[in-house]
Amino acid sequence: MDRPLPKVPIPVVEASPVEVDLYEVRKAIYPRAVHGVFATSRWTLVILTQVIFYGLPWLTWNGRQAVLFDLGARRFYIFDLVLWPQDFIFLTGILIISALSLFLFTAVAGRLWCGYACPQTVYTELFMWIERRIEGDRPKRMKLDREPWSLRKLGIKTAKHGTWIAVALWTGITFVGYFTPIRTLLGEFATLSLGPWETFWVLFYGFATYGNAGWMREQVCKYMCPYARFQGVMFDPDTLIITYDPARGEPRGSRSKSVDRRTRGLGDCVDCEICVQVCPTGIDIRNGLQYECIACGACIDGCDQVMDKMGYPRGLIRYSTENAMLGKYPEEETALRKVTSHLGRPRVLIYTAILGMVIAALAVSLAMRVPVKLNVLKDRANLVRETNDGWMENVYRLQIMNTSETPHRFSLAVTGLPGARLVSDTPVVSVSGASSIVVPVSVQVDPSAVSPGSHRIEFEVRAVEDDRIAAGAYSSFYLRAP
Amino acid sequence: MSEFTSGFWGPYIAVITLVSVLACAVFLKMTGGKKRLAGEKLTTTGHAWDENLQEWNNPLPKWWTYLFYITIVFSLVYLVLYPGLGAFPGVLGWTSVGQYERERALAAKEYDPIYEKFSQMDIPALAANPEARQMGQRLYLTYCYQCHGSDARGARGFPNLADNDWLYGGSPEAIQATILNGRVGAMPALIDAVGGAEGVKEVANYVREISGQQPFDAALAAKGKEKFAVCAACHGPDGKGNPAIGAPNLTDNIWLYGGSLATISETITKGRNNVMPAWKDLLGEPKVHVLTAYVYSLSHQSK
Repeated sequence: MDRPLPKVPIPVVEASPVEVDLYEVRKAIYPRAVHGVFATSRWTLVILTQVIFYGLPWLTWNGRQAVLFDLGARRFYIFDLVLWPQDFIFLTGILIISALSLFLFTAVAGRLWCGYACPQTVYTELFMWIERRIEGDRPKRMKLDREPWSLRKLGIKTAKHGTWIAVALWTGITFVGYFTPIRTLLGEFATLSLGPWETFWVLFYGFATYGNAGWMREQVCKYMCPYARFQGVMFDPDTLIITYDPARGEPRGSRSKSVDRRTRGLGDCVDCEICVQVCPTGIDIRNGLQYECIACGACIDGCDQVMDKMGYPRGLIRYSTENAMLGKYPEEETALRKVTSHLGRPRVLIYTAILGMVIAALAVSLAMRVPVKLNVLKDRANLVRETNDGWMENVYRLQIMNTSETPHRFSLAVTGLPGARLVSDTPVVSVSGASSIVVPVSVQVDPSAVSPGSHRIEFEVRAVEDDRIAAGAYSSFYLRAP
Repeated sequence: MSEFTSGFWGPYIAVITLVSVLACAVFLKMTGGKKRLAGEKLTTTGHAWDENLQEWNNPLPKWWTYLFYITIVFSLVYLVLYPGLGAFPGVLGWTSVGQYERERALAAKEYDPIYEKFSQMDIPALAANPEARQMGQRLYLTYCYQCHGSDARGARGFPNLADNDWLYGGSPEAIQATILNGRVGAMPALIDAVGGAEGVKEVANYVREISGQQPFDAALAAKGKEKFAVCAACHGPDGKGNPAIGAPNLTDNIWLYGGSLATISETITKGRNNVMPAWKDLLGEPKVHVLTAYVYSLSHQSK
């Protein structure tokens, strides 16, 4: 740290017998509608994510739901891929990729996730759109809320909450539709015959959507979300942040369009407070970067509109970096150059490299995934026994799991002992699609050819139709001294 | 709560429980819920980190305190509904045994129709039914494999179930009777009856001869043949055994304990005792029916 930390004075409280309420009451926020580059990109992402979220459960694939997480049967179907509990490592990979992407995006451009992709933002955006459609924009909503209760107000509020609840319930059904086939789920919902767990999760997820997007909104980001609090450590002076340019804007003040600001000694900020009115978290970006800022860019769009009207250049509030604002970048660089020329810093390169490696590893392991698994359980009650022809045998249970949806026939083999024989009632084992089967087998050896003790052996199953589909598993063979 | 040895412990535990719950409520009342007066000097927890970083000692948020009160209400409701207050069984009458019975009844509701359907089918037909065979295999791998092995080839002292050689007969009825009621196989020690250690040697050599094994001492075997009369009572004059009492066939070179001279001698000298437990009470007849079909299928596979 080259700069001393600013000292924050603790406010002096005057003595009075009145109790201090430690609870901060929420101030209602009425974000004004805004249009512009960032609003359009946010809406594009809202539509994109929601088309995927609401649409995906309705796709069918191979005669079943394309994406279905069947918790009861412990099978995750994702198009052609069928994941079993043994494939849990892929989930780990996806989580690592998500975390690293978050780090990378935050280091490059701040809270991109918060502003564009987080469900809290996306659903708040949807719910605010409904609100605006029914109640009108900011001034109308403020007026309506100040009004005393009347039949008209009741009607408008009922319409709003009714629509919200409908959207929330649909969201709940869609969410549960990823775990229970959505077509049956909808039928059961329509006939009110949902199971207890499905009812609970539909209502829970619906209630969470309604409560968070309708009522809680920015409070989730401010008080509940841990990411909002720890993202600060992922910023550095070259991270893109939404910032007000005080050098250009100050001193702020209202003026008529015809007045030359220079002669009045005014900056570019006309103090119209549009940037405050459009902010979904209710902050004033002109006070600098704050933890409440979810980087949605609404203030940029709002300010640009005003600058256009005033005939001033855009970008009084813009994406910039701390170093740029402090004038640490070379002057001759254009605005875009300023952004891109600082991407090559170690933090960004390291995140990108690790992320690239993890994505490549996941892609390769998914591509090389073999749709058969083998578990071996050795019989331990009878470790070893003698056959009628004087050989020694151990007994094993092979559990063969066919993780693809095509039936396969598997041949069995064992390696690791000279001259060992594998004896099974079913030399070729048929396993139907996405199921498993248990086959008892015995391994026999000539005791004169093998030394007493424990030997490591490997079983192998291989599909008769396609010898690339094979799996192996190790076990032990015990032989007692004669 | 009849497990208590004296009537004293029930009320004793109830009193301790209730006093503890009430004490929690009193403690909460004493420590929580105070609001800070404006102008009151703020106290800190007394620690300072990084030179001047301190933590204010503010009261708990109200919602948090209420959560604690809710746990107290929860515990009182719980103690009324469920067993917990000494010997008081709770108004719901819940017991772990009762829950177990309910879960069993639920499982029975699901599986009984399947077993009912299979009970109507005869064993050979069931043995050819893949679904029944899979169910039978699961039963086998739960209850039987410990002794007979996963592959049902048995072990020393535990018969091979897949070789179509049977001690008590291999008909579906005989297999079912064996599983339902169990078997007790007893071979007495016959060292005295055959005339001591020398007699054992002779009889053992004879048994080697009739089972078709090499080598054996022909002279000893000839003497043993005379003494085999003792054995014939159970194993029959020709040594072919008697399924009615589970006496093994000695002529087929299939052995429960082993066919070497030493093992046969040991069997004659010390006798053998063997027990197959009865499964009627634990599994019930419908499951045994399916299990029988599986065991039957092991030696009657269409290959």
